[in-house]
Amino acid sequence: MTTQLPPGMQLEKVDERIMTLNVGPQHPGSGHMRLIIKVDGDHIVSCDPDPGYVHRGEEKMTEYRNYIQNIPHLERPVIHDSCNILYPYCLAVEELLGIEVPERAKYIRVIASELNRCVYTLYWLGIYGIFLGHSTMFMWPMGDRELLIDLLEALSGARVTHAYFVPGGVRNDTPSNFEEKCLRHVNYFEKRLKEYEDIFYQNPVLKQRTEGTGILSRMDAIRLGTTGSVLRSAGVDFDIRKKEPYDVYENLDFQSQVLKEGDSYARSRVPYLDMLESCRIIKDALKKMPKSGSVRTKLKPNPKGGNNEAYRRVESGRGSLGMYVVSDSKPEPYRVKISVGSFRNMICMPYLLKGEKLGNMPAVYWSLNYWPVEADR
Amino acid sequence: MSTIAPEFRLSRFIASLTDLIFWILVLFTLVGLPIVMIVLFYIELPVINGELLTPYLALTWLADPSRTLPIIKSLLYTDFFRIAAFPGFGFAALLASAIIFIERKFLAKMQLRVGPLYCGKVEGILQLMSDGLKLLSKEIIIPAKADKPIFWAAPLLFIGTAAALVSLIPVAPGWVVADIDVGILAVFAVIGFFPIITVLSSWASNSKFPFIGGIRALHQMISFEIPLILSLLGIVILTGTLNLTEIVESQQHYWWIIFMPIGAIVFFITLLAELERIPFDLPEAESEIVAGWLTEFSGMMYGLVQLGSYVKLYAFAALFTILFLGGWNGPMVWPPFPEEIITEGITMGPITVKIPGLPLLDQEMLNATLWFVIKTVVVIMVILLPRGVFPRIRIDLLLHTGWYKLIGLAFVNIFIALALLYAGVLGPGGLIQ
Repeated sequence: MTTQLPPGMQLEKVDERIMTLNVGPQHPGSGHMRLIIKVDGDHIVSCDPDPGYVHRGEEKMTEYRNYIQNIPHLERPVIHDSCNILYPYCLAVEELLGIEVPERAKYIRVIASELNRCVYTLYWLGIYGIFLGHSTMFMWPMGDRELLIDLLEALSGARVTHAYFVPGGVRNDTPSNFEEKCLRHVNYFEKRLKEYEDIFYQNPVLKQRTEGTGILSRMDAIRLGTTGSVLRSAGVDFDIRKKEPYDVYENLDFQSQVLKEGDSYARSRVPYLDMLESCRIIKDALKKMPKSGSVRTKLKPNPKGGNNEAYRRVESGRGSLGMYVVSDSKPEPYRVKISVGSFRNMICMPYLLKGEKLGNMPAVYWSLNYWPVEADR
Repeated sequence: MSTIAPEFRLSRFIASLTDLIFWILVLFTLVGLPIVMIVLFYIELPVINGELLTPYLALTWLADPSRTLPIIKSLLYTDFFRIAAFPGFGFAALLASAIIFIERKFLAKMQLRVGPLYCGKVEGILQLMSDGLKLLSKEIIIPAKADKPIFWAAPLLFIGTAAALVSLIPVAPGWVVADIDVGILAVFAVIGFFPIITVLSSWASNSKFPFIGGIRALHQMISFEIPLILSLLGIVILTGTLNLTEIVESQQHYWWIIFMPIGAIVFFITLLAELERIPFDLPEAESEIVAGWLTEFSGMMYGLVQLGSYVKLYAFAALFTILFLGGWNGPMVWPPFPEEIITEGITMGPITVKIPGLPLLDQEMLNATLWFVIKTVVVIMVILLPRGVFPRIRIDLLLHTGWYKLIGLAFVNIFIALALLYAGVLGPGGLIQ
């Protein structure tokens, strides 16, 4: 009896020309995942991503905890983007339980989620820089991230795992001097982003290296089901903040960032443009935010949702992040299905890397805006 | 309790130390002392200036500067000193370790960091020493299927070749290990060894990532050797010599970078590629092939390769200085030696000491070395600069740069040199001498 072994464990015919490389899980150029790459000289013949090294059963864990207890562990897959991963959960639970969110809380949520998107994108950008051998681009974002983390710390008290969003609003109100501090930091951050443009995005060596590599056409991007920056870099104007606005995004003034090229350079540039846009959103939201008022609708202890279901999605740092919450009249949800952008973007990796040069592997791989821990959930 | 790493106990450690001291004392008194006595009994002690040179007298003379300084002076002019210490390996290694420290602090300042800070209290000045100790104390792991003799030899060969390159460099007038008439050719010959060592070590490690790194290094070094050689032909045409010392002497009034800026640029870019520095660090590209051809090296083997690569960096920067920046030539800034120390002596309280043999090195040589070091350090800083600015280039773009652009530019440089020669501006019998 022959059993089909999982990829990477099969015995294969030894070929003189083609060499198999295991990029990961202990490789400086991989995340918590493995890429099985076959190279013919300098060209990649095939690429087989092998995720699942950090699977922790988040979805199953939700079934044993009630709606409030689920908050801290649900943000674990992306601790850099914890506000955005809690956002769809809070929206869905609010829909299930029928809770109204105060106006001020909605604005605070938008500010926190945009700040967190910048924090995540800076981390991603730092790693993109070091993957391309640009060590300054690793150090600068890591340093500037601290300012935004300080803001989030002032809001929530925690530096990375904020657990700030709760069904019914946010956990606590902003500190008294938050608005001016936020404005100051965001203004400085915008200035720094211009410097990133000079040293990184307009760098001739970087442009030479990433432009025209790993091209994802518009139709392929739609067909493969990519989301977020990957989809928008391929010329599809699909930003959930614009298309299905949640909370107060419809009141705010911003553009969805779309590029047409669909290559690694465009894919790495869309998150950068998103950061600039996030600064605009934060400043606008600070202006329009009600200056006082409640920030949280109190829930009943141990709330139960009826025989009901709700699906909400938001635009996270890595694209669409949706949560499908099913309730069966118990304090615990019956099922929480998390649909993440990382996994959907990872799917196009074999298509993009096939036929590329080995030197393009990190450029294409990390431009997909893929966070392995989130993909595994 | 594991047998590999037994639990550490201070009492046992002290007991073993005392044991060791006891046995050393016993063996020395029983074996060592009789041997010393026998040797002293049979050897005829020399008579110098009518005095019998006993060991006590030799010790007395060591404290006398008028006797020891000439000995030191004669040591300074031996070949051993040149190879081991001053223009040779010791000087290069010292400068190389200074470069590592400068690089760390310089890069840190560019990247809004502080760099090494704690080790050695003052700005982390002892960081390199602690890193060296760490590498020394680490276990050397060799892949089971490696070709062990070649794999062991690779770091030593690498550092030896780097030292061979250093030995060709004239630091000051007359201060060069190997002053040969085909200096530039010898430089090319030594540079030609690096790809061979790289490929041998990567192939011998019998591992995939080092293999790819070695092949990349081979491609890179061989395709950049041609523009490297061509970019220096202009200087050879104008000076009419291959001797590096004579090339430096030909730049007493003007530097070659003034007449051949294109050649200097081409040489600088090829130098970055030969040194595997960013943006040309493809053989060690971390995110693609782990650490390239260095992946399987561990412990002090890795340390030796790193030391070798920094010695190589110094050697290339020194070559740039010699060929384009006028080597040791520069205005006299070193203060002259005060002659009163020899004629009148130094007065220290009640005692006046005359030190006749004191000026160990003449003023000109010290001045030349000063200028040489200043210029070399400036060149090194410029070599380090791209590391903070550029990402890594791709292999096809690298080869394209090497074969199309740099070779073309090198030929343009040669034509400029030929034009200057035949127009009678430069060269033998030219307008500018």
